[in-house]
Amino acid sequence: MDRPEAPFADIVTFADGLSRRADAELGDFGELEALALLEYGETILCTWLEAHETVPTENKSEGFRLLALHKQAARGNPSFNACRETCRELVYHYNLIVLEPNDVDRGQRIRMAAMILKHLALFVGGKLEESGLGDFCCSSRPIRQAELLDPRQNV
Amino acid sequence: MAKGKHKKVAYYPGCALEGTGHAYNRSTKAVGKKLGLDLVELENWNCCGAMEVKNVDPKIQTYLSARNLSIAEDMGFDTVMAPCNGCYHNLKKAEYDLAHDDKSVEVNARLSSKAGHTTYEAGKVETIHALDWIKDSVGEEGITERVKNSLKGLKVANYYGCMYTRPRHIFPEKDKGPETESTSKPHFMDDLLAAAGAENVNYPLKTACCGGAHALSDSDTSTKLVLNLLETAEACGADVIATECPTCHTGLEMHQVRAEKVLGRKTNVKVLYFTQLLGMAMGLSPNEVGVNENFSDSRSLIKEKGLA
Repeated sequence: MDRPEAPFADIVTFADGLSRRADAELGDFGELEALALLEYGETILCTWLEAHETVPTENKSEGFRLLALHKQAARGNPSFNACRETCRELVYHYNLIVLEPNDVDRGQRIRMAAMILKHLALFVGGKLEESGLGDFCCSSRPIRQAELLDPRQNV
Repeated sequence: MAKGKHKKVAYYPGCALEGTGHAYNRSTKAVGKKLGLDLVELENWNCCGAMEVKNVDPKIQTYLSARNLSIAEDMGFDTVMAPCNGCYHNLKKAEYDLAHDDKSVEVNARLSSKAGHTTYEAGKVETIHALDWIKDSVGEEGITERVKNSLKGLKVANYYGCMYTRPRHIFPEKDKGPETESTSKPHFMDDLLAAAGAENVNYPLKTACCGGAHALSDSDTSTKLVLNLLETAEACGADVIATECPTCHTGLEMHQVRAEKVLGRKTNVKVLYFTQLLGMAMGLSPNEVGVNENFSDSRSLIKEKGLA
């Protein structure tokens, strides 16, 4: 699977399509396709990091680059933890798909992985447009304080 | 934790439960009464600082939340229960700040003295959520014993949102083993609803972002995030999404309608507070738990499942 050039819209479309496929249409979905789901997740986080002039890590955390990338992106930006569990759920579903290929729930797990990937794309994509997303709720970050300290930003 | 610990607690409803989340207020009180638990509302409580004050000056938010804690202390309580995730989160954050940040302690002391009330000191009052309150006071057994209309056959996706578990450092009592709440895979709501007969589905987005505070300022992002939460719940086979946060609940309801209007994507999964589900399971009528106050209409499902 090639990486799309405009990652967020294409990943959402891809995930949307995958999440609508019935079990019978997922027969050719193997380990490579499962790996592609993880790679799309990595693409999302790499895009975020690069947009913030940070070189994405090639390291792995708990065996997965996706988790290392999340840690890297969340450093100094606690609101990014709003997608921590989303990344972990994607890894978890990848493991289920790959380690239990004959499970009766295989199709459902693939569809769930697609929807989790979609949420990651929507959150990070939304955050690229509106950086405050996740800021003043779960990270408790005072996003307007800088404006108070520097009134010029209020203009 | 020993059952019965929280039989009588101070109650901090917060602003949302007097407005858009009134159904949560009504159902929380009704469930407490049914369970034989006492809620004593804080006298002259004030806003917890919510998201707005916190954004401008977090120390003022700490003070505002601390004032509520000082009222609980003055009323003779060592525990205050806040059902709203935002209030719960802010009171916990104030507790953390006052225990770890000298500047917060100083600002709180100065403003408390100026306002002429007791200066709250960290460690005097414990803040708990409605989920802790029910879990610790009657537990799953207490729920099961009181079930009149089992939720059997009702498939539930439990959605906790973000502020109940994040940031993790302000919740030191969580992640202490299977009996305690988990910040990565919360389960208290699942446990209580299962005790009432519900069939919880494996919902992988139970703490994912709903757009929350951006529901109005960045509606398009919120609508897309909420739509994915709703469609994922449906893909899991859920009849209903159970909530425990008025901001999440209102966001899910509002953007369910907006998703259909703006994106042409209709979802049928219903949205109910967990207290509404528990209340109906214990024999309370839909109106007694404020179902008529919700934005979305879940009456057909309630009737179909024999809860009305």
